[in-house]
Amino acid sequence: MREAWLPLAVLLALGAAPLLGFGGSYETTLMARVMILAMAAVSLSFLVGGAGLVSLGHAASVGVGAYAVAILDAHNVTEAARVLPAAIGAAALFSMVTGAVAIRTSGVHFIMITLAFGQMAFFTASSLAAYGGDDGYTLYSRTEVWGSRLLGNRLTFHYVCLGALALTWALCAMLLASRFGRVLRAARENAQRVEAVGLAPYPFRLVAYVIAGAIGGAAGFLLANATEFVSPAGISWQRSGELLFMVILGGVGRLWGAILGAVAFVLLETWLADHVAHWKMVFGPLLVLAVLFLKGGLSGLVVRRHG
Amino acid sequence: MAEPLLRLVDLRKHYGGLAVTDGVSLDVLPGEIHAVIGPNGAGKTTLIHEITGVVRPDAGQVVFAGRDVTRLSLPRRVRAGLARTFQITSVVPGFTALANVALAVQARLGSSFRFLRPAASEAATNTAAMDALAEVGLADRAEVPAGALSHGEKRALELAIALATKPRLLLLDEPLAGAGPEETERLIALLTRLKSAYTILLVEHDMQAVFALADRVSVLVYGRVIATGTVAEIRGNPEVRAAYLGEDEA
Repeated sequence: MREAWLPLAVLLALGAAPLLGFGGSYETTLMARVMILAMAAVSLSFLVGGAGLVSLGHAASVGVGAYAVAILDAHNVTEAARVLPAAIGAAALFSMVTGAVAIRTSGVHFIMITLAFGQMAFFTASSLAAYGGDDGYTLYSRTEVWGSRLLGNRLTFHYVCLGALALTWALCAMLLASRFGRVLRAARENAQRVEAVGLAPYPFRLVAYVIAGAIGGAAGFLLANATEFVSPAGISWQRSGELLFMVILGGVGRLWGAILGAVAFVLLETWLADHVAHWKMVFGPLLVLAVLFLKGGLSGLVVRRHG
Repeated sequence: MAEPLLRLVDLRKHYGGLAVTDGVSLDVLPGEIHAVIGPNGAGKTTLIHEITGVVRPDAGQVVFAGRDVTRLSLPRRVRAGLARTFQITSVVPGFTALANVALAVQARLGSSFRFLRPAASEAATNTAAMDALAEVGLADRAEVPAGALSHGEKRALELAIALATKPRLLLLDEPLAGAGPEETERLIALLTRLKSAYTILLVEHDMQAVFALADRVSVLVYGRVIATGTVAEIRGNPEVRAAYLGEDEA
């Protein structure tokens, strides 16, 4: 844990930022985006780096969570005590059904099948005419907490996102260190070895996939509330690719790398978009260079420096 | 004669027109080391896959401890007490030697669907894992990543993992493959020590080792067992000599 000083510092900085004059609407919106995507990225890192399941459809579970908020909103259900469990439950169920099929495959096949399920979710969302279809759906209001408009408060929402990110990191770290996580990690390196001690990897991987999906659903709940808007674009394979990229940029072997990856990704993207006209032509090559030259990602860089 | 621990009954497996396992019947008695030898292409690997549950035979039965396990998967057979080692060393390279063995211990002791406590600090699994490491002489290498162990040490580690499952039968798939002369000597000494405590089915190329260790030997040629007997009987069997040993090796 000593090597994790940087992500801890990042979390502290996010906690202190609103108190240090970065509490405006622009800043908090940007930080919320960072924290929520970091949360999704950490749960994906748990799958990729922990269980060896390289999913290219993780945005779908985030999207399912977000659409749960939108659909309930359209039916006047805006109470967090009902909306949040629904978002998490829907995403977990989606992950269980798709995972039950996907996890029977491995390697490139697994990547392709998760991509396919993600696109199925994307097109399903696009065809939901009652909930905005292609154009997306604007929420009437943010989700209420026991009748109060707590999440409408910028500062409160900021710390809810921060808490959710910290909790996600702690939860995934705990899971990976547990007996359950040991089986996952062993099966990632050598599945045959795990079978030969009497354990079938499949159920462990499926449970991991469902847990990551549930966390994705929670991130989707926050994302819908952050933007008060839900659209199929948030489920597209590009978003899944971005999440995967954050994980790789941060370093696959360390959960907290995904936090660094998400921060770097969103900040760079935002800065470039503000300062460079054809920013995507700069952003793309920069990402490629980062992957080529940062072996072990940003977190690898930090750890190497500290011996 | 005691009830056999493992009994293969007329196992058959065809790949296309080729009978890779052609009616193999074989008994492994409790307490013995039973060796299976045979030239390349005799079907030893397929036979091991059939015994361990990787490949399902077309016909015949695998009976383990009085129970028909022909349709059980590999993990289930392991939990029934049928442990194996691999011809090509199979460990988790990123885990320490201790964690490799502890994985086997946790698979045996209670559920692995436990999510809260850090597995690395579980005293019960670590103690049992250390015992298994000590049994193969790797106690002082417990904290070394398995990927950094020497070839011979990895072989020993694989044995420790198998022992940690508390097997009733150890199936050793060419445990000496790829080992240098010195390592071979140490591994044979180790197997000799294990011999008194475990029932072993040994598949091995190294004739000296087989003749030194085995109580009984079965000779597999083209998917058929052409002879089973004591070391002396096998050495003296003219059919075996013709099929396999060659005049100067015997």
